[in-house]
Amino acid sequence: MSLREAIESGRFAVTSEVGPPKGIDITEMLASAELLRGRVDALNVTDNQAAVMRLSTLAACVHLKLAGFEPVLQVTGRDRNRLAIQSDLLGAASFGITTVLALTGDHVVTGDHKQARAVFDLESVQILGAIEALNHGHDMSGNELHGTPEFFPGAVVTPDSVPLAPQLAKFDKKIAAGARYFQTQAVYDIDAFDGFMRHARGLGAKVLAGIVVLRSARMARFMNKNIPGIAVPASIIAELERAEDPEQTGIDIAARFIEQSRAICDGVHIMAVGAEHLVPRILDAANLSEVVA
Amino acid sequence: MIVVRLKPLPEIREMVACHRRVLVVGCNTCAAVSLAGGEKEVETLVQALGLAASFEPGDTTFSGDVITRQCEPEFVAALDTAGYDAILSMGCGAGVAFIAENSELPVYPALDTMFIGTARGFGAWQAECSACGSCVLGETAGICPVTRCAKGIMNGPCGGVKDGVCELGDRDCAWVLIHDRLERQGRNDLVCTIEEPKDNSAKTLCPEWDATKKPGDTR
Repeated sequence: MSLREAIESGRFAVTSEVGPPKGIDITEMLASAELLRGRVDALNVTDNQAAVMRLSTLAACVHLKLAGFEPVLQVTGRDRNRLAIQSDLLGAASFGITTVLALTGDHVVTGDHKQARAVFDLESVQILGAIEALNHGHDMSGNELHGTPEFFPGAVVTPDSVPLAPQLAKFDKKIAAGARYFQTQAVYDIDAFDGFMRHARGLGAKVLAGIVVLRSARMARFMNKNIPGIAVPASIIAELERAEDPEQTGIDIAARFIEQSRAICDGVHIMAVGAEHLVPRILDAANLSEVVA
Repeated sequence: MIVVRLKPLPEIREMVACHRRVLVVGCNTCAAVSLAGGEKEVETLVQALGLAASFEPGDTTFSGDVITRQCEPEFVAALDTAGYDAILSMGCGAGVAFIAENSELPVYPALDTMFIGTARGFGAWQAECSACGSCVLGETAGICPVTRCAKGIMNGPCGGVKDGVCELGDRDCAWVLIHDRLERQGRNDLVCTIEEPKDNSAKTLCPEWDATKKPGDTR
């Protein structure tokens, strides 16, 4: 069952992500993916994440596809103009890679090529528009395509963004522009997330809750301070503080959130951030072992 | 106005190192208001370069002059460059280019041209316009997303906004400002309007503006 089928059929979906290497040795990337085989519906492949230059997301997607995984092609507007974005999308579809995620992308000055020209010819909403055009058999200029792709486009949202109203307005635009599913920034407060989901449900949006496993109280505080749109509640930080085995407690916290979220959203997107080995343990703890075929 | 900034002195010195009689030319319009190319700044740069040159072998001299606008023929034509072997312009990029076009001498920029902006108190300016050639300010409550959003996003804030501040940490999020002002003006409907990809040809096809021609007309 593909991610699209899972989401459209209403089966709780599980995705995670892998980062392409800096270089051409894909052994580690494939090993990370291997840890998740059979446990996730699809694997996001980041696109020069954090504006750090890496092996291309499209090439990494092809490797994963050949290894039997369903890759999610992340498409950002930072490094490519509208010609390159459309042409890479067509390239992906020609390999049968059609699950895509449209993002604006982190700014180049946050990365390792700070002097680069930031492109941003298109941003997330407009990339969704480009995908919509390709799905209708023509490019952004209206020229007909030979062979029409069938992309399943998704987008991201930050439910704890401050202030929230502009973020929600953009979320609404992404739905209107054709986003068929959403992945969220990491969320920890199930009540706040439930509030966001009521808004999302009203619009018929399919949402995968973003999960980043906390490994210590220190990590939680760091994320609250430094990562935009992340709000780890004080009660969770206290729980990690008291823990004898913070890693296990972090896994329990993630699993608990996943179990609670099953009633209110359509799946989870687990961002392992270098701890892919913990993902199967989180899924076990959340009793999600049998969900994925 | 065009906001300009003085280049570091070592960079300026290196540019003109091979010349012996250098005319430093100020521009009494934008560059003067930018506190980077008016009479006072010309005088200061002439003195600084002269002092630095006095420690070097050879006999290099720097003189100063200021014209009203370096981007207009009548003022540039009046510039007296006799006896000099180079010009150091303290105007914006347009000023440097126009003097170079109207002089046989090599012309060097003493300033970096930063943006079209507004004054924000003494010695402070803010970028307001990127001269994109297809203005959207009517829909964005007069706040330019092309200029004031680091990514030039046309449809709302990215996920990097933190408490209303851009992910680069050096500016307010343009889209939070736009959203707030549209709301205050009771124009919330615009918050939901999807802005189509920008027509970049509006700029590309307008290398010169001539009221008798249409953008894109070939020569």
